[in-house]
Formats: sequence, structure tokens, C-alpha cells
Amino acid sequence: MSIRVNGMEVLPPDDARVSLLDHLREHLHLSGTKKGCDQGACGACTVLLDGNRVLSCLTLAAQADGSNVQTIEALAAESGALHALQRAFIEHDGLQCGYCTPGQICSAIAMAEELRRGDPSYVTLDLAAGPPVVTRAEIRERMSGNLCRCGAHNGIVEAIEDMLVETAA
Amino acid sequence: MTKLQNAIIGGVRAVLGHVPASWLPGGTPDPLIDKRVSLGGQQSRIDGPDKVRGAARFAAEVPMENLLYAAFVHSTIARGRIADLDVSAAEAAPGVALVMTYRNAPKIGVPPPIGITNLKAAGNHTLPIMQDPEIRWNGQVVAVVLAETREQAEHGAALVRVRYDAAPARTRFEEGKASAYTPESMLVERNRLDKGDASRKLAEAAFTIDAVYTTPWENHNPIEPHAATLVWREGKLIVHDATQMVHGTAGSLANIFGLKAGDVHVSSPYVGGGFGAKGLWDHQILGAAAAKLAGRPVRVTLSRASMHRLVGGRTQTEQRVALAADADGKLKALLHHGYGVKPLHSVCDEGFSLTGRSLYASESFDVVQHYVDLDLLANSFMRGPGETPGTFAIECAMDELADALGMDPIELRRCNAASRDPVSGAPHSQNAMMEAYDLGAARIGWDRRMAKPGTRREGEWLIGMGCATGTFPFTRMPGTSVRITIDAAGGAHVASAAHEMGMGTATVQRQHAADRLGLPLDRVTVIIGDSSLPFASFAGGSSQTASLAAAISAASGKLATELMRLAGNDTPLAGLKSSEVEFADGGLRSVEDPARHESFASILRRSGRGELSVVGESGAPLEILKYSMHSTSANFCELRVSEITGEIRVDRLVGAFDCGRILNAKTATSQFKGGMIMGLGMALTEETLLDERTGRIMSTSLADYHVPVHLDVPDIDVLWTDIPDPRTPLGARGIGEIGTTGVAAAIANAVFNATGKRVRDLPLTLDKLI
Ligand code: FES
Ligand code: FES
Repeated sequence: MSIRVNGMEVLPPDDARVSLLDHLREHLHLSGTKKGCDQGACGACTVLLDGNRVLSCLTLAAQADGSNVQTIEALAAESGALHALQRAFIEHDGLQCGYCTPGQICSAIAMAEELRRGDPSYVTLDLAAGPPVVTRAEIRERMSGNLCRCGAHNGIVEAIEDMLVETAA
Repeated sequence: MTKLQNAIIGGVRAVLGHVPASWLPGGTPDPLIDKRVSLGGQQSRIDGPDKVRGAARFAAEVPMENLLYAAFVHSTIARGRIADLDVSAAEAAPGVALVMTYRNAPKIGVPPPIGITNLKAAGNHTLPIMQDPEIRWNGQVVAVVLAETREQAEHGAALVRVRYDAAPARTRFEEGKASAYTPESMLVERNRLDKGDASRKLAEAAFTIDAVYTTPWENHNPIEPHAATLVWREGKLIVHDATQMVHGTAGSLANIFGLKAGDVHVSSPYVGGGFGAKGLWDHQILGAAAAKLAGRPVRVTLSRASMHRLVGGRTQTEQRVALAADADGKLKALLHHGYGVKPLHSVCDEGFSLTGRSLYASESFDVVQHYVDLDLLANSFMRGPGETPGTFAIECAMDELADALGMDPIELRRCNAASRDPVSGAPHSQNAMMEAYDLGAARIGWDRRMAKPGTRREGEWLIGMGCATGTFPFTRMPGTSVRITIDAAGGAHVASAAHEMGMGTATVQRQHAADRLGLPLDRVTVIIGDSSLPFASFAGGSSQTASLAAAISAASGKLATELMRLAGNDTPLAGLKSSEVEFADGGLRSVEDPARHESFASILRRSGRGELSVVGESGAPLEILKYSMHSTSANFCELRVSEITGEIRVDRLVGAFDCGRILNAKTATSQFKGGMIMGLGMALTEETLLDERTGRIMSTSLADYHVPVHLDVPDIDVLWTDIPDPRTPLGARGIGEIGTTGVAAAIANAVFNATGKRVRDLPLTLDKLI
């Protein structure tokens, strides 16, 4: 088995029951990825698996065999400089307790890619009109799998909007 | 509180009514109300970079050698005894190190209850924990399984076999009402208020409203599950906890395990959301007991289901409100009666009946609330306890009265706005409720609202607007302390066992300390969240900011005195008393002659000191007993209701707040919005479902308990009056809880305006509208 996490080859767990989330947090001590429910209901555990967002609590570590896993720890540059979305979260105060934050950020990064490649959503009005127009409603719908109990929703949406505008420009 | 305590508080209030204001805390307004450099601006939170990197470490993430993982087995009956317990299969399972039940658990005491008389107590209930075979609620822990891995612990827990002798349990609210009890006190107030013959006025008034409003059991559901990593070292207990009461938890655990106060160390630098839930519950106590028994460190992380079984929520309420008014809208009578659930082993009051006592100048009052004692998990405080359900009832009733009178709802509030406390007659410290209404009404465009319900429509959507008042009292906790240390370079370091669960505690107090001590922001550090730091009370009742601010202010006074003593005679300040100097430019200067100045660094250097530390404390909050100190808000909502499906879409929320001065515009906006979003959830979706036949909670996951998601949350506008409260430190009152109050009523009132349907039962699910 071979799992790459943030560019490094890591050992698979010795127990087949271990979720990717627990593998990251308990065995690899990458606790930036959060556990909010362990049931696929909150989005706190979102990581990127070959660039796509997955709920790591619903993914067995063994399922990541042959894949590249990217977690929040690898988002900032090696110099430590924050990713544009991380900076935007701070600027727009898209966080309070910060517990949902890594999941929100990872989710938004993959969501931006989904938008770019033209995946429609429940609120996309015209499916034939090409890539969906970026609106707050699109962002909200696509981010609805990431719960925030502190109520940082407005700041999160503004931060994502900032990133989308920046990368579009 | 007892009758005696009631009498004492009443007596102190009466005496303080005659004491000159200048003798009391806040007698001289805090100079920082106007002298602000960093305070009031937009400061990003200082822990933001760590949080967006995933580098902020929470309780379940503290690395520890030789760790065991805990899993819980919960009772499946509400009352009775464990008849038979078979743990052999669990004990034999791979990786299992220990199974703890009442048979082998260490003998421990009951949790000391949280309250105002012992600030080092944090217990939410007063029941024995795993000391006997008794079952007292459905979900109580009957076994703890410790294993080398989480998977092994959970597998082991699934193998524990328990047989119960069930006893009849009281689990039905309706049935319990008949034997409800009526406490003497509600927090620090007398429960029963009877003033000015309300029943006669209700019978005689030209206009009356009399209706019953109900709110369901609700759960906090912070996104970080409750967790603790615990280890015993040389007879001392170390707990990495997720708690909003660091010292309360340490003090309680010491008490429960028979340790000296200093022998429990609790650390909790980051808390992933609390809202009242992150206190002391059974899991920390069981975790500590199991770690003791196993002789190894233990990590407890509650599953969502365990959270619902072990951590209490806000009780359901049933509230009757009757209002009487004459034709011009003046309130003649306000009646507020009701029921909540508070089992006798429970500690927290849900004082919804306090809400209507401060808001409106009614001629008479008839207020009392009762509690139903059921065999359920203890209820707890949840964001805006009391006022959150209370404002739903009072503010919907006000809207109903406005409709009956044919009056604009804002105008009804205006003609009843109280100019002093309507019950005690005490003067307000500051109150500008109607300014808040005017701000909010202008922002949402209230003039677009149709007075007649059900008259605005776009396609299938009926559109409406509503408003409601929110309110929460000011509190400042005595005993909260900070240590300020000035280092050799003249920088300041503030330390206190205060709490960060997303409020921006350290961010704001850093701004405060910088302005207080005349330092630039980057010369000040703040450290919080650890019981080795000076005592701080719990983060609750929206009291933390005011309490810390009072402590910093007190410490700064001591600091000036100490510095002047050290400065001696070889200083430009020689001959001045400490009352004649002020902090400025990283040092002290003469108030009269600002050219006479000496920096902290220079004073320390000359006196041969490497650093200087002082501790200051928030004193007794006597101002609360002399003044009526309440924040208020005006909530506005615009929404659509589908005529076909009954679906409600909230399109706009506006909250205008009168909470004294705002200390950090950025983090305050987030606090207010966060509260309002919890109010939105309460209005539309949140409900903990209890199977009344068995006393078992059914909605034990985030898939069953619906909190607002991104698509539910519209753009929210937050405004504030920013009028200082001259009686509080920094001119500020708390802002953590008020955001949640009044929101559900504003939404229900908007639904009425849209559809003409009055729903008095939360949440406002579609079935109630079609
Ligand atoms: S922890 Fe994976 S969705 Fe909640
Ligand atoms: S910031 Fe606390 S849950 Fe989102």
C-alpha cells in the first residue's frame, strides 16, 4: 500500500477499521484536520484526495491507497506564507472558534475547482448556459456540507468570494 | 437561592439605592471610554493565523505517550437498576486495557454545583457518578472501556452486556406539569412578581392578548465534540480540556477526587465552540477516574450521540403571555407564566420569565415560572439562557398586540419603552432601545412593510417583514484576576485563566491593555486558558469581557503605584502622587505637565529590576444592584414563505444593538452574527427530539439535529448605537448572548406578516404553515 500525505509517503494503519481521519489525527499527528461528528454530517474533516474534497471520516485510510492526500497543514507555502484563502479568512473574520475552519478552507479550494470545470449545483439556474456564474447563492449551496456553529457564515462566504475573484482576474 | 439570600439581595439593593453613585464601581466613568487608540477599531483576531493553518491545538489533539482511548456504554432505560453486568467479552477483546463500571470505579464525590456562591464549582448536576447500580436518566454512562486504540475501545464497548430492572420513569412533560415545583428564586431575582393588580387590569382593558408559546429542547452542538486528555502524575491530575470554566473544572475535580485545590491542573487554550455546553460533565470525571484506575493517560472524545446523552441542553418551555393595553397602546398589564424542565438534580435556571420585567413600562406585572421534575439528563445554560426563549414569547405577544391595536409594532414598543426599571424603579445605567430600533428600521427599509398581513407576493412566495426586541442583562463577575508583567524592554504581558471559544478574548484584551498602558499593540501579549494563571470566572453570562476589563483596570492602578515607588526621586516624575500620573508612550507621565515622562524600561533599569508584576481583581459588582443594567437590541427580518410547500427562506436579517461601546468592530460583528444565526436555527429547524415513552433522545446526530447551513444564512447586517455605559469598564456591556435573543420572534412575526398565520410553537417547520 502506498499513501502520500502532503507529498510524503506514509505507512498505512495496521487496523483495517481506521478511517483516513483517525489515521491523520491519531497516527500521523496531523491534527489540523478536525473531527466534528465522525458521521459525514459536518464537513470538519474535509481533505483533498487527488484534488477532490472528501470527508475523511467516511473514508477508510485503506481507500487512500495510491492517492495523494492534501490536508490543511500543506496549504501554506513552505516559507510559511499563508494561502490567499487563509489570508482572506482572517481578513473577513471567517472564523471564530476555528474548529470548522480547516474543513471550510479545504472544501472551498476543491469547490473552486468544481466551479471552474463547470459542475452545476442545485441553485444553478441554467444548466445549458456553460460554467455556472459565481454568485453568493452558488457558494452557499456548494459549501452547505460544512457546518459552522459559531455562525461565521457571512465571513466565510466573503472570503471565498475574494479568492474566486482574485483567481479569475 | 433561598428565601434568606433573596432577602439579603433585596436589602443590599435597598441600601445601595441611597448610596451616592460615586462610591460604587463605575462611579467615575472609565477614561478609556473616550481615550481610544486601538479599541473600537477593526482588529483581526490574533489566533487567526494558527486557526487557518490548523495549528491551534484542541483538547483531543494533545500528544501523549502510552495513551488509552475511552469509549462509553450508555444506559438504555431512564430509571431503575443495573441487574446484571457482563464485561467479560469486552475485557477479552483485543487491545482492551480496562472496563470500568460501578463495581470497580474509584470512590469519588458528587460534583459541586456551579453557582454564584462558589466560583470554583462547575457541576451541572449533583448526582453520584458511577458509584452505584442506580440508573437516573436514559443515556447515563454504565461502563467505560479503555483500549489501546479508538477502534478497539469502541468494539469493546459494543461487547458489554447490561440487563436492567426498570422502574417507572417520569419522562412526559404534560404529565409532569401537574406536580411542577415553583422555586423561590430565579437566578438572583425573586421568582414571583406581583405588582399593581394585573388580573384586574387584564379583565378591564380595552385590548388584550392571551396566548401560549412553546419552544423545544435545544442542544448547543458545538462543532468540536467535548474532549479531554487526562493524566495523573505523582498524585496530581492534569487535564487538557475543552472548557469554558478552567478554574471551575479544576476546583470541582479536586473536590470530587479529594485533592488539594492546586493538585488539579486544567489547560484549555482553545475551545471549539461552547455556547454554554463546555462545562464540567460526566466525561471528564469518568475519564479521570478511569485514568487513575488504569494508571495510564486517557483520551475521551465524545461521539455526537454521547454528547446528546451526557451534555444537557436548553429545556423546552411552555409560556403563557397575557398583555393588556388601552387604545393608545400603553401597557396596563404584563402576565408571564410558564413551565420548563429542571430535574431536581439539575443546577441551571432557564429564567425565561425574567425577560419581560425590564423591557416595557407596564403598569402591572404578574410573573412566575414553574419547573417540571423529570427523570432526564440535567438541563443546562445555552446561549442567552432565559432571554432566548423568553423573548420569543414576549415579543410575539407584543406583535400580536400591535396587530390587535392596528398599530405599527415599532410604535407599540416606542410608547412602552421604559425610562427606568419598570419593576424596581432603579435608573438605567444606559439604555437606548429605541435608537437601536430606528437604526435597524432604516437599514432594512421598514417603510416597505405592508401593515396588512398576506398582501405582498412574488409568484408562489408570500413576503413579509417582522421585528422584535432582544435583551440580556449586564454581568460582571467578582474575583476575576489578571497579572500584568512589565518586562525589561518595557513590554506588557497580561495573564489570566480566561477562555477563548471564538469570542476573541485575547484579541480584545490586548487592545484594552495597550490603550490602558499607553503602549502600541505589538508591545502587549495576552495569555489565557490555563488554571496555573490567575483566577478567572467562567466564560458565561456575557460577563467575561467586563470582568477582565475591570481586573486589567485594577491591575493598572497598582502598576502605577508600584512604578512610582520604584522610580524614587531620580525621575522626572519625582514628587508626584500616583493619582497625578497617567500611562502614556510606554511609561508614566504627569497629567499636568506631559513633558515629565519616564518609560517603563527606564524605571525598571534604574531600579535594577528585570521585570515587575502586579495582580488586579474585578471587585464586587455592586453597580448591578443600584442600576438597571440591560442591553437591548432591535431585530429585523425579511423573508419569503412558499404558499405551496410552506418553506420559509429568510432573505435578510438586521440586528441593531445597544450594548454600550463596541471594543473591536470586527470580532463584535462576528459575535452578534453568530448569536443571530443561532436564533435563526432556533426559529426554523432546531429541536431535540425526545421519545417520551422511554426518555431517550432520538436526534443524537447532526443529521437529525439541524443547525443552519450556509444556504440558510443570508447576508446579515449588524449595527450598534455605540453609546457608552458610564457604569461599566470601557463603557461596554457583554455581547456574547444578546445576538440570539429576539431573533426567533422577529422571524415568527415576519411569517405572520407574510402569511397571516400566527405560529406560536417553535421551530417554524413547514407542516405548521400548510
Ligand atoms: S467529522 Fe467527517 S463529516 Fe463530520
Ligand atoms: S468557527 Fe466555530 S464552528 Fe465555525
